[in-house]
Amino acid sequence: MVTEGDVQNAVVELLRKTVVRLPKDVEAALRKAYADEKDEVPRMQLKAIIDNIDMAIKGTTPMCQDTGVTIFYATVPRDCRVDVAKGIVEGVKKATKEVPLRPNAVHPLTRKNPGDNVGERHPYINWKIGDKDYIEITVMTKGAGSENMSQLGMLTPSQGLKGVKEFVLNVALKAGSNPCPPTILGVGIGGSSDIAMKLAKESLLRPIDQHNKDPEIAKLETELLEAINMLGIGPMGLGGKTTCLGLNIEYAYCHTASLPVGVNVQCWAGRHGTVRIAPDGKATILVPEGG
Amino acid sequence: MRTMVKTIKTPLSEQDARSLKLGETVYIDGRIFTGRDEVHIHALEYLEKGKKVPVEFKGSALFHCGPIMRKVGEKWQAVAAGPTTSSRMNSLEPKFIEKFRPGAIIGKGGMSQPTVDAMKKFGCVYLAITGGAAVLAAKGIKSVDGVEWFELGMPEAIWLLNAEHFGPLTVAIDANGGSLYAQVNAKIKENEPRARARLGLA
Repeated sequence: MVTEGDVQNAVVELLRKTVVRLPKDVEAALRKAYADEKDEVPRMQLKAIIDNIDMAIKGTTPMCQDTGVTIFYATVPRDCRVDVAKGIVEGVKKATKEVPLRPNAVHPLTRKNPGDNVGERHPYINWKIGDKDYIEITVMTKGAGSENMSQLGMLTPSQGLKGVKEFVLNVALKAGSNPCPPTILGVGIGGSSDIAMKLAKESLLRPIDQHNKDPEIAKLETELLEAINMLGIGPMGLGGKTTCLGLNIEYAYCHTASLPVGVNVQCWAGRHGTVRIAPDGKATILVPEGG
Repeated sequence: MRTMVKTIKTPLSEQDARSLKLGETVYIDGRIFTGRDEVHIHALEYLEKGKKVPVEFKGSALFHCGPIMRKVGEKWQAVAAGPTTSSRMNSLEPKFIEKFRPGAIIGKGGMSQPTVDAMKKFGCVYLAITGGAAVLAAKGIKSVDGVEWFELGMPEAIWLLNAEHFGPLTVAIDANGGSLYAQVNAKIKENEPRARARLGLA
C-alpha cells in the first residue's frame, strides 16, 4: 500500500529532476533555435542557455535560481486512502532543503518568508479523480519573471477570433524582453475568467511539438507562433529570430455573452514534471525524460 | 557586429563605465553585490532616515539577482545565481543610481528611459546576463564573502560576491544614452505590421 512517506519521497525526487532537467521537447526546441540563429548577440544568449542546460544536468543543480512556485496537479484513484496532500506539502519542505529550492513563497502582503515554500494555500494542488489504480502527480515550477507577464482578457463575443489574435499578440509585445524569451505561450480560450487562466497554464503541460487535436485550433497555434516570431524580440529581448519556442491553446465552452482569453507566459526554462506512484509505492518519473 | 571580449575590475571609476561600448562583451573580476526589489526599497528608506547602508555601492556592480545559496560549514556557497527581471526596479533605479552611484548594473530584460538617462548622467552601464543561465553565472562566483540584510530572505538579501571571470555580459545600455533594447524596440515596431498581416489583422 502507498504511504504518505512514499508520496513525500516521490515529490522530492520529482522536484529534484524537474528543476535540473528540461522536458525533451523544450530542450530540443532550444537547440534548434540555436542552430537557426545567425546573429552574434542572440547566438551568445542561446549558447549560454544550452551550456547552462548541460552544466545543470552534470552537477544536478537547479538550472535557474528561480525554482519558482510549485503548482501541483494530482490525479488519485477513487479509493485513495493515503493523505496525498500532506505527502506533497512535506515533499516540498524536504525538497526546499535538499535539492535545494529557493525559498520563494511569501505572505502576499507582509512579504514574510517562512523559508520552506509552504504557507496558506501553498503549494496549490489541483485535484482530479482518476480511473486507474495509481497516483499521478504533476508539478510545474513556475518562475515569477514570466508569470508576471501573464494576462487575462475578458473580450466581448463581437471581438471574435480577431480579438483573440490581437490580444495574444499584444501580450507577447508587452512582455517583450522581460519574461526570459524565447518563451512558450499557453493560451486558454473560453470557460470563464478563472477557467481561461487555468487552461492557459495547463496547456503548458502539453509537449510543444504536439498540436491541439482540433485542426482549427492547431492552425491558430501555428499562425500565432509564426506571427510572434516575426516580431524580432529575440532571446532575452536582444533581437533575433526566435522569440517564442511554442504556443499551445486549450479551449472550453463559455457563456454566450462572453469571450475570456487567458495567456500564461512561460520563460525558456519550461519546467514541469510528472511522477506515477504504483499501488505498491514504487515511483516512476515520466517527465522530464532521460537521466 | 564584431564582438570584443574584455575584463573589467570593480570598483569601476566613472571613466571605466563611460569607456564601455554598446554591444561589447565583458567579464567582471572583483566584488559584486546582489540587490533587487527589497534592497532598493530599504536602501532608499535608510537614506531618508539618515541611516548608513551596510555596504559601499559607489563604483560597484549591482546584480539584480536572488540567488540560491547553500551553507557548507561556516561558508555560504552560490548554487544558482542568474539575473532577475530588471524592469521591476524601474521606478527605484534612477534615484538609487543618483544616490549610491553604482558603476554597473547587471540584470536581464533592460530598463526604462529614466534609468537610461540616470546612467548617462552619473556614468553607469547596464550589463545583460542571460536570464535563467544560473549555473553558468554561479561558475563565475569564486566565493561568497558575506551577506547583509539576511532578514529580508535569501532572494532579497545583499550577497557579497567575489567574482572571477563572471559572464559573459553584454553592454546593453551604455553610459552615453545608448540602449540595445531601444534599438530592438525600433525594429519590433517595423516588424509589427508584418506579424499583424500574418494574422489577418489590419
